[in-house]
Amino acid sequence: MQLELSPEDAAFREEMRTFFTTRIPQEIRDTVAQRRELTKDQIVESQRILNEHGLAVPNWPVEWGGRDWSQLRRHIWHEEMQRACVPLPLAFNASMVGPVIAAFGSQELKERFLPKTASLEIWWSQGFSEPDAGSDLASVRTTAVRDGADYVVNGQKTWTTLGQYGDWIFCLVRTDPEAKKQRGISFLLIDMTSPGVTVRPIELIDGGHEVNEVWFEDVRVPAENLVGELNAGWDYAKFLLGNERVGVAPVGSTKRVLAQAKEYAGDQLQDPLTAARFAELENELLALELTALRVTASSADGKPHPASSVLKLRGTELQQAVSELVVDLAGPASLASGAGDESDLLGWARRATPIYLNLRKASIYGGSNEIQRRIIAKTILGL
Amino acid sequence: MDFTYDEEQRALREAVRGLVGKAYADFENRRRTVAEDPGFAEDLWGRLSEMGVLGLPFSEEDGGMGAGPIEVGIVATELGRVLAPEPFLTSVVLAGGLVAAAGSAEQRTDVLGALASGESVLAFAHAEPGARWMPTASAVTATDNGSSWSLSGVKEPVPHGARADRLVVSATLLDGSSTGSGRPGTGLFLVDPAADGVTRHGYTTHDGGRAARIAFDAAPAAPLGEAGQDRTPEIARALDAARIAACNEAIGAMQFSLEATTAYLKSRKQFGVTLNAFQALNFRAADLYVSLELATSVAAWATMVLAEKSGDEVSDAAARAGLQVSRAGRHIGQEAIQLHGGIGMTAEYSIGNYTSHLTALDHLLGDGDHYLRVLSKSVGGHEEFDPLA
Repeated sequence: MQLELSPEDAAFREEMRTFFTTRIPQEIRDTVAQRRELTKDQIVESQRILNEHGLAVPNWPVEWGGRDWSQLRRHIWHEEMQRACVPLPLAFNASMVGPVIAAFGSQELKERFLPKTASLEIWWSQGFSEPDAGSDLASVRTTAVRDGADYVVNGQKTWTTLGQYGDWIFCLVRTDPEAKKQRGISFLLIDMTSPGVTVRPIELIDGGHEVNEVWFEDVRVPAENLVGELNAGWDYAKFLLGNERVGVAPVGSTKRVLAQAKEYAGDQLQDPLTAARFAELENELLALELTALRVTASSADGKPHPASSVLKLRGTELQQAVSELVVDLAGPASLASGAGDESDLLGWARRATPIYLNLRKASIYGGSNEIQRRIIAKTILGL
Repeated sequence: MDFTYDEEQRALREAVRGLVGKAYADFENRRRTVAEDPGFAEDLWGRLSEMGVLGLPFSEEDGGMGAGPIEVGIVATELGRVLAPEPFLTSVVLAGGLVAAAGSAEQRTDVLGALASGESVLAFAHAEPGARWMPTASAVTATDNGSSWSLSGVKEPVPHGARADRLVVSATLLDGSSTGSGRPGTGLFLVDPAADGVTRHGYTTHDGGRAARIAFDAAPAAPLGEAGQDRTPEIARALDAARIAACNEAIGAMQFSLEATTAYLKSRKQFGVTLNAFQALNFRAADLYVSLELATSVAAWATMVLAEKSGDEVSDAAARAGLQVSRAGRHIGQEAIQLHGGIGMTAEYSIGNYTSHLTALDHLLGDGDHYLRVLSKSVGGHEEFDPLA
């Protein structure tokens, strides 16, 4: 057992910290720090800079821009980015479709997509969930029927986050309606400018437009856009969801928001009850961070440790709890979410409730927290 | 940063697990042992001594093994797993730790040598009626009689105070050196419990442990180390180290509790099916796993802080581990009984006894709210807490 980072890892941490705080434009980092919404251009610019310095997709294979880092270094990279208020590389590209194409795609698909996926020249959307396929993802009904050199796709995807910016969408489609439901699914890449693709916004309880419905009507997709083998898409989806779980616990950014909340709190920190809430959350976050370090260190050959479900489950609960604390600190000012900048109330207080409401999603996406409990009960406890 | 044990540490774990497992894997043995005084197995205590466990944290010149907090944590975890009633935590880690920290060279060789060899059981008489987890004493006072010292007042509860062959006692120094703030300091003394002026009344605690009321009436006492010194800092540090060891012991007890509970859910049948057919129960077990994983991480981290850092950083880590482990211990202890149902209420079955012991560990040195109070006072003083700094 060893508490301290090795001198090499400590130097690596310093290098990351310096890079993130000096090379990413201050305005982008301020937007994140103030919990304001990033524009598409800001997200793209940030990822482009990271990618130019080999810091966008370190978990990919080295030949496609990955870095042969230890799990600990990946963790440090991820945490330091959040600490420095740098937008994380777009998850759909960096943690979801990229690793799938790199692991299962043909050489041609790799060459065609991976460089532009890393640089965010292609903005990917995720086409997994459907109105009747949420937690029960293998129930997808969107069909892809072979017709000559193409697949013809029909159906509806939903909860497509930032689909309004999407250039391409990676979809789970049913290619064998006769097979057992997991065995008839394929993983297909679809150009969102294809005729027959329609993106419609879904308004959420925070008033924002973050997610969409995506409709497919007789969309023709060249057969070479199939990733890996026909009807093996469920395996790729499981691979993807396992990766998603690992990065989904936002320890660094939740710690940062809690630290900011101390500033928001001002004199309220003198109140013992408020101080105790801070102290307890800070301790829970410490436990989560240490668990992330312990779990990363023990995950072999890049496969997610089964305990990564703990990180997703507890990480999102704490993210939500901190956002709830901020609303409570704002008090009556938290009602003024619709006030503009002429308001006498502070910006953080006006934004507090929409963020709190928005983050209710965190325990639902990425495999709902009930799905994580199922994974823990089944695969870890053997129940 | 590395959370894994090295080869020697794994060997220590296996050796201790083998020894205490043989003694207590059958819970009936533990029940028999705690039913009679002194509440632990003297022969097992002797074998732990032969293994070097009773001198583990002490330097070799004091008769110990020269090991550190990681090894102490390993032993505590293994004792916790089987609910071993031997007083490793209170006698070796806490009372022995104070002698190591404050004793003269002669006292260290004498007292720690006897402790490590299993010849004598040591107890720390510190808690006083009305006081809550302070590093100071007030109800027991020390008087300087010129060439000798004497103590008066009552200590209670003193873990294993009735069986102890020698006592380390904290007492307020009415005539001695004061703390920086001008209040009388707290001294540490060695007391022979057989001496005139010492009256002991021992009893059983709810978890099968032993404690005592010890009254001192001008009882002769030998200052630990230099006479008349305020030992509050040494006491605080020893309590921090003991708290971290207690967290490890609690982790062991929680590991067993969760294993036993999942095994029970898989075997107990109601409505014609095993209980794990009910998702409501499985989800609660999953939440116990989450609590245990998180508490394990903080306890392991605090153990490393104790091994590598000092002073305020250790106190802070002990408080953080104390809070997390207290919360987890209550969650797991309470739910383990509930998921077992009625059988969990019986003294004969192990699981409820684990909850009882977790409750005792929680209140021996400071509970979760106690540490939350401590942490709340300093929470505004830093921006964020960085365990890698």
